Amino acid sequence: MTEDLNWAIGGEAGDGIDSTGKIFAQALSRAGRHVFTSKDFASRIRGGYTAYKIRTSTDRVQSVVDRLDILVALTQRTIDENLDELHEGSAVIYDGERSWDAEIPDEITAVDVPLKSLAEEAGGAIMLNVVALGAACELTGFDVAYLDEALEKRFGGKGSKIVDNNKDAARKGRDYVQENYDLDLGYALETTDEDYVLLNGDEAIGMGALAAGCRFYAGYPITPATNVMEYLIGRIEQYGGHVVQAEDELSAINMALGAARGGARSMTATSGPGIDLMAETFGLVATSETPLVIVDVMRSGPSTGMPTKQEQGDLNMTLYGGHGEIPRFVVAPTTISECFWKTVEAFNYAEKYQTPVYVVADLALAVTEQTFSPETFDMDAVEIDRGNLLEDDQVAEWLDDQGHFRAHAATEDGISPRAIPGMTDGAHMSTGLEHDELGRRTEDTEVRVEQVDKRNRKVETAKAEEEWDYREFGDEDADDLVVSWGSNEGALREAVALLEDDDVPVRVISVPYIFPRPDLSEEFEAADDVIVVECNATGQFADVLEHDTLQRVKRINKYTGVRFKADELAEEITAKLKEEVPAQ
Amino acid sequence: MSSQSEVRFTDFKSDKQPTWCPGCGDFGTMNGMMKALANTGNDPDNTFLVAGIGCSGKIGTYMHSYAIHGVHGRALPVATGVKMARPDIEVMAAGGDGDGYSIGAGHFVHATRRNVDMTYVVMDNRIYGLTKGQASPTSRSDFETSTTPEGSQQPPVNPLALALASGATFIAQSFASDAIRHAEIIEEAIEHDGFGFVNVFSPCVTFNDVDTYDYFRDSLVDLKEEEEDHDRHDYEAAKGVILDTDKEYQGVMYQNENSIPYHERHGVTENMAEIPDGAPENAMDLVREFY
Repeated sequence: MTEDLNWAIGGEAGDGIDSTGKIFAQALSRAGRHVFTSKDFASRIRGGYTAYKIRTSTDRVQSVVDRLDILVALTQRTIDENLDELHEGSAVIYDGERSWDAEIPDEITAVDVPLKSLAEEAGGAIMLNVVALGAACELTGFDVAYLDEALEKRFGGKGSKIVDNNKDAARKGRDYVQENYDLDLGYALETTDEDYVLLNGDEAIGMGALAAGCRFYAGYPITPATNVMEYLIGRIEQYGGHVVQAEDELSAINMALGAARGGARSMTATSGPGIDLMAETFGLVATSETPLVIVDVMRSGPSTGMPTKQEQGDLNMTLYGGHGEIPRFVVAPTTISECFWKTVEAFNYAEKYQTPVYVVADLALAVTEQTFSPETFDMDAVEIDRGNLLEDDQVAEWLDDQGHFRAHAATEDGISPRAIPGMTDGAHMSTGLEHDELGRRTEDTEVRVEQVDKRNRKVETAKAEEEWDYREFGDEDADDLVVSWGSNEGALREAVALLEDDDVPVRVISVPYIFPRPDLSEEFEAADDVIVVECNATGQFADVLEHDTLQRVKRINKYTGVRFKADELAEEITAKLKEEVPAQ
Repeated sequence: MSSQSEVRFTDFKSDKQPTWCPGCGDFGTMNGMMKALANTGNDPDNTFLVAGIGCSGKIGTYMHSYAIHGVHGRALPVATGVKMARPDIEVMAAGGDGDGYSIGAGHFVHATRRNVDMTYVVMDNRIYGLTKGQASPTSRSDFETSTTPEGSQQPPVNPLALALASGATFIAQSFASDAIRHAEIIEEAIEHDGFGFVNVFSPCVTFNDVDTYDYFRDSLVDLKEEEEDHDRHDYEAAKGVILDTDKEYQGVMYQNENSIPYHERHGVTENMAEIPDGAPENAMDLVREFY
């Protein structure tokens, strides 16, 4: 019996691949199975190969592997694209009645199901994907009844007839395989009583924002960050908030800044090209000391690059982007659940330190769905810290002898009092020009230095007061150390297990804070080899770590546009450990 | 909120001395804005001013209210954000013709069509002043400047027509030196429910020797004068006046009586600055949605 099942449906964009995959993923999740999904998609609306892949197990799954067990192929290209992942035990479900002649390697079980005809019998050809789901249930020993809830969720809004037809379509697929094939592929998908929720990183970011009291969001549609906006619209209103689809990213960040000046917890999200456009305003956010959360969901760059492909290439942009010197925080969730928690944290840092806070996620996190226990997102544990936002009666303490509010008071910890419109006597102007304590323009050399130091002091305060920690796993006594950031953590966790089987123990550190970040000097000092794993060509995180620790590291870089896979990482780490240590 | 019962326009004045050139139209523009704010019952603590960049953008320093001086061309998005977060606050944006019709032209179109409830004052001097005299989007096509030695050879933008085409609900023009009418027009823009747009002739005495005080004094036609008999609610009449480039007009060209501001259309009524100490009640419903 194989416990860990890898399933996929593939076809042309516009074939309903995504929603069909999601229905199956939800059914598995409802059956108490863990699910991890990934998507291959092209940057076009119709046409072009697209696939939705599911890895499922009763154990927790958090990465993709190079293996496909059941493939629903709506096109020949689906088979061709996945040939290297199919194995002797694999089965391909396809529709032999349709116009293409499927070429399927001999060692793979071909399951010819008249998907379209059966769908028509059930009420419409459009349900052919659901017929395939029924067939897949039969092949894997998964009760077709689990699909029902997912079908209701997907089609409930279209009326009970549509739902019933879909349920019927699934059963027709199951029955056809039962009656026409005598197959035992060895699967019997177990179910459990666990209740899981299934969500992706973009949704987790949006949910984190709502939990943290975000009331205003402005953004411009861009892959793969758009889902954050789509999630918030329709939900933020129930808390009195609002989403504006801005005319461009310049507008989006400035609207978000305006709302933050008004006192709202405010956010914008974008991807690489949008972050570039927003860079002009980074400095204004920082120098006017406006609390703002800016999300960058990275995709392949530069320029428009590969919009639907994975990369972690914007670290330098978020760390250094913008002219002049800009105090900022950069947090980078390493898992989907962290997308939620780091977004909550980001809002607190933004208000406590009155700085821009970047939440840097990547495409692999954003579009991947994963199952979690609902308690993973324990809303009672969400804390909101509004920092030095004054009460009305505190404003008087911060007036100078002329009665002016000292909005940029050069305090010891660098954090000034904050008054928002409506507070009596708090009226003040802040300018992006260098300014004095009152927010008024100055070119006085002493005041300039005082204000620059004051803003940078906030970062020093935060470094001292907050815990910029990291997550550790693998063999803590291992001589060799692997360091990673962003979505690579899942694949690394599984790679570590594979390496252990091969007697290659490594210790892994996954870092969710880019700036401020933990000091890894001692860990690097103690290790024989240090390998930094990231999805970019130049090793941007490796560079900053070398700078911090004054030690050379080895690097594993992937920039094909595809995320790391566990088995691939295990191999690469093994090979990398055998290489010479780079010269110091 | 301020406890003052009587707000005087000087309450909106900061103690900073303007560095505008003596005689600059921006003095008059600003005085009218302050008077209009006071006359409409606002005080500095419930007013937010977003200033653009350039000479006009310095207004945020010379007025007293909650304010921000932003980046070039982006005043309107910032003001939009403030108004959405704080429907209870009076929001005003001010900038110049370069700020509003060149680098910020896209934002102008979209803030206008959104009909965000704010007052947008453009100090139009038909020249770039702070960068010492280059052509602006409203410069005449034959106007010679350091960057247009042969004249710009391009027709000027008609900001009023741009506003009309973008679906504006309030379009007006005033003259900084006609103090009473200017303040009156700004006051009307403030009271308008929606985007109150006022293009203000605000002469640059240093770099523009064509669009001078004398020129406007001699040529300005006030739509309020009886003989004009202009019905601001008549779209066709508004179009006629706005597209008539042979004359310079002052007054309210157009006002849509059925204007519904953006935040009202979207049901935004709450002060977004107020949030609970933790996640909202029933926040676990947000999680259960993913079952």
